[in-house]
Amino acid sequence: MKLITAVVKPHRFEDVKKALQSFGVKGLTVTQASGYGRQRGHTEVYRGAEYEIDLVPKIRIEVLAEDDDADDVIDVIVAAARTDKIGDGKVWVVPVETVVRVRTDERGADAL
Amino acid sequence: MNGADTAFVLISAALVMLMTPALAFFYGGMVRVKSALNMLMMSFISLGIVSVLWVLFGYSLAFGDDVGAGLLGNLDHIGFKGITPETLTGGKEGIPVLAFALFQLMFAVITPALMSGALADRVKFSAWALFITLWVSVVYFPVAHWVWQADGWLFKLKVIDFAGGTAVHINAGIGALAAVLVVGKRIGFKKDPMRPHSLPLVMLGAGLLWFGWFGFNAGSALAANGTAANMAMNTQVATGAAMLGWLAYERIRHGAFTTLGAASGAVAGLVAITPSGAAVNAFGAILIGLVAGAVCSWAVGLKFKLGFDDSLDVVGVHLVGGVIGTLLVGLLATDGVGGLTQLGRQAAGAFSVMAYSFAVSWALAKLTDKLIGFRASEEDELSGIDQAFHAETAYDFSAVGGAAAARGTSAHAEQQIRNKKVDA
Repeated sequence: MKLITAVVKPHRFEDVKKALQSFGVKGLTVTQASGYGRQRGHTEVYRGAEYEIDLVPKIRIEVLAEDDDADDVIDVIVAAARTDKIGDGKVWVVPVETVVRVRTDERGADAL
Repeated sequence: MNGADTAFVLISAALVMLMTPALAFFYGGMVRVKSALNMLMMSFISLGIVSVLWVLFGYSLAFGDDVGAGLLGNLDHIGFKGITPETLTGGKEGIPVLAFALFQLMFAVITPALMSGALADRVKFSAWALFITLWVSVVYFPVAHWVWQADGWLFKLKVIDFAGGTAVHINAGIGALAAVLVVGKRIGFKKDPMRPHSLPLVMLGAGLLWFGWFGFNAGSALAANGTAANMAMNTQVATGAAMLGWLAYERIRHGAFTTLGAASGAVAGLVAITPSGAAVNAFGAILIGLVAGAVCSWAVGLKFKLGFDDSLDVVGVHLVGGVIGTLLVGLLATDGVGGLTQLGRQAAGAFSVMAYSFAVSWALAKLTDKLIGFRASEEDELSGIDQAFHAETAYDFSAVGGAAAARGTSAHAEQQIRNKKVDA
């Protein structure tokens, strides 16, 4: 079992979600996040006072997948989120020990 | 009684009343989330305090018969003594004194509220309430008498101030500067980003101010006539031109047409046309607007250079805009009035109000500070004065269980909130 976490541009989120649904992912969790990478931030001007805004809004997507599916899920996310411009985000994967479906107490792959 | 004039003045009074909540939105959107409610309340409370003071002694001090030298009204009308619904201003063709008093009350309400923007995020609410109580009594009521009462010394000097460039905007602008010098800077001024938390709210406030300002300016004719129509037209034209002036300066200097710039430019134009609009034609109004927009757009940067934290630019917009309108009308006034002589009178009016208001406002701010302490504690200022003084937060950001976002989200705090809900 793997946990795949992706941080993507907000306007790419709908496409990523659709692509994951077509691939067969049954559920995901989404958080509004902010952060920066190489893109860094941008400048905003209020009555002439310029502010460097470091943190850029992002969407953080979390998907659980079986070990065999993890690489495919990554490819699906990357393909859907890519704009080829700086700030497209990151995807990373970590192992998961166990998963429980709260309603039925199912464990492991059955709980996905 | 003139029914048309009476109806017009009563409607104008209601329009001007709306400007105080409008100002609350205009300022409220510009502050950070943690003090948004306090900013709204600093304006709104003026509707309460000044309305009561006006009946008790304010109207009498401002518009009672002169006590001598054109400096102050007498106490004949304390508690509205001697004023009945039948009492008229002027002769048989006048309007009820109560209509005039209501209209003028709204000016007295908004003027101290204008100063609140300079003190955003950092003063005790009780101290603010005390300060504006003292300020309208000792600064605004006398200055309104100077400018608008027939025996007032600036009125007799023939200073043109149709709707309040000196009495309202210069007065509040310089008063705000004095208060800022006493209170000091916000923690993090020039270091931390202090972005407006809601520009849509700012735009809503600016729009409502623009709307209400027709009552403020045209209503100051106190009659439904051509002067009012000219003033209304010039109010519209100058405000539009000022928005363009501000945006042009901003685009050249900072590279963008900002929403905040459009809203601020409009307000700068409204301020500048306030003293001048009845004495110029539409081209004069365009010129006044353009100058006010561009110059105020530059002036709001001064606080960073000079190091005073006029948080929401009351000085840069109201003092500077008020001075521009008050001086320019000296040159641009039609019917052969404009010229160097009139410019001299306008300068005398502007600078005497500035000198008096600055000195007395500074003393009153010091007095407030001595009596109860003007400034919020450092802890309250950093965590946000909405919770410290109003026990509320403007927006519920916590999606969890619908509970309010309390300071410190410990189980204990959550429990306290639940208990309080039961009490309510």
